[in-house]
Amino acid sequence: MSILGPLLLGTFLFCVGIYGVIARRNAVLVLMSVELMLNAVNVNLVAFQDILFPQDAALSGQVFALFIITVAAAEVGVGLAIVLNMFRNRASVNVDDADLMRW
Amino acid sequence: MSGADLVFILLAIVCGASAVAVVTSRNLFYAALFLATSLASIAGVFLVLQADFLALVQLVVYVGAIAVLLTFGLMLTRAPIGREALDSQNRTLGLIVAGGLFAVLAVLIVQAFKDAASAAATGPGPADLGMVLFSTWVFPFELVSMLLLGALVGAIVLSRRESGESGEGLETSVPLMAEAPESDSEESDAGEAEREEVRA
Repeated sequence: MSILGPLLLGTFLFCVGIYGVIARRNAVLVLMSVELMLNAVNVNLVAFQDILFPQDAALSGQVFALFIITVAAAEVGVGLAIVLNMFRNRASVNVDDADLMRW
Repeated sequence: MSGADLVFILLAIVCGASAVAVVTSRNLFYAALFLATSLASIAGVFLVLQADFLALVQLVVYVGAIAVLLTFGLMLTRAPIGREALDSQNRTLGLIVAGGLFAVLAVLIVQAFKDAASAAATGPGPADLGMVLFSTWVFPFELVSMLLLGALVGAIVLSRRESGESGEGLETSVPLMAEAPESDSEESDAGEAEREEVRA
């Protein structure tokens, strides 16, 4: 199986995530788009590991994908806590409204 | 074209379509469900790539935990419905940036890897992954577990309700040890009762 397919899928998912981060206003949707981008990187790592470097004894690609899944779980936990605090303080989760530190 | 290629193409179509639906759907709840679909089909992609353990972890962590957590977040923040409320003004800017980046990256990837060896994916079993994880990668593993612990404790601290907040402005100086909020919510009453029981 060619490596082009997984790499192009990863690229597509990453760009869709970038579009979501830029174009969405709801903070939870922005978090979802960040998840899409992290998953795109995971697809890339696993594809490189299993197609291009199957003889790598340390299994770097899959182990890094595992670590990224863990970090993504931590990120969603903290991110949702921040979003809930924002909703509690100003009754809105629009990222446009959080412009207190805007220059 | 082998069977693995065919399955991969189907999964990639499902995954890409539902990812697009995540960022364009008007209904926030549908967006969360499409996200779960997309993540589940990525688990299928992992299976095609012979990464069995990662596929299961993906299903358990992403579809089982993160999608549900995001759904909770949507419900707790009473999100509005409707495209104008969900999308900001820079939708065209987002399209330009994402489209341009995709074009550049796709051309680069095709040029770089078009004559790479297209071997059959041969993944290690879960036993190999476990051995490597607890021998070569044991220090990063412990580090990332400490990171997860710290992040979860931080999430609890962040989302804990401070005393007097969101109530009727109870400004009584509550001592630090008994900081169960004496506001209106029932859960704090339950917590008080529980604490009384513990004391008794």
